[in-house]
Amino acid sequence: MKLSAFLLIILIIFNFTNLNSEENNDKIKNKISKNIRCLICQGQSVYDSESDFAVSIKLIIDKKLNEGLNENEIYDFLKKQYGEWITYDPEFNKKTFILWILPILLFFIGGAIILRKFIVQKL
Amino acid sequence: MKNKIILSVLVLFFTFCFIVLYKGLNNSNIYVPETKIEKTLIKFNSTDFYSGNKISSDQIFVGSEYYVLNIWASWCVPCRQEHPKLIKLSKNKSIKLIGLNYRDNPKNAKKFLNEFGDPYFMIIKDSKGMISVDLAAIGVPETFIINKDKKIIKRFLGSLNEKSLNEINLITK
Repeated sequence: MKLSAFLLIILIIFNFTNLNSEENNDKIKNKISKNIRCLICQGQSVYDSESDFAVSIKLIIDKKLNEGLNENEIYDFLKKQYGEWITYDPEFNKKTFILWILPILLFFIGGAIILRKFIVQKL
Repeated sequence: MKNKIILSVLVLFFTFCFIVLYKGLNNSNIYVPETKIEKTLIKFNSTDFYSGNKISSDQIFVGSEYYVLNIWASWCVPCRQEHPKLIKLSKNKSIKLIGLNYRDNPKNAKKFLNEFGDPYFMIIKDSKGMISVDLAAIGVPETFIINKDKKIIKRFLGSLNEKSLNEINLITK
């Protein structure tokens, strides 16, 4: 009786850990597919799209996760295949530097103007 | 004087931003991957369309100077328009024309080939579309020219036309 109860507990714990790892995999899979652009219905993520391309990419993400690849390794694989444009997170390079620098520049210029006005008013 | 300098710097800066963003407006916002590529073909496993036997890429790409790999499906309308061009291309003896049947129902695919003819030297299946992702394809139809070193030297997005046929014939001469 004790043995069967013990086995039952082990079985339940084992099932829960399995369930947890599956849930984690699903979470990562969804996170990655939300960050990947669908190249057929451009403007939609792979997660939102039901195009054949998006379905294949979701399967590939699943396969790569099962092979033990982590999130960044999967992004790198897809970038290698389709170019950097496939992710929604652009890297800092000579093509994208304006995109990254412009908001900071605008922030500082705007800040300087406001500060200057403030100092002038105080004087 | 100081104010004038600040004002002109600001005007210059905003003009620069305006020009950059205005130029960007005229650019196409549809992304097209590069077509001139020199990428080594990733090894993959598939099944033969007719026999259902397992086959590896090493067994497929053997014995020819050039291979033309065409991704097609019976449900794809542009593939129907492209098919006569493939029949024409199959007469080119210096290439092996390989068909990759993408996410298709085998019955429909066979019906398609019976109706329009089978131009392929060999057809392999990609029932989940994963081989196509390994090839960095984005959809159907798509065609790749692969050399004997298993390097993809050119890709054609969408259906083949007379111009692309001439280009293939010129490359594989």
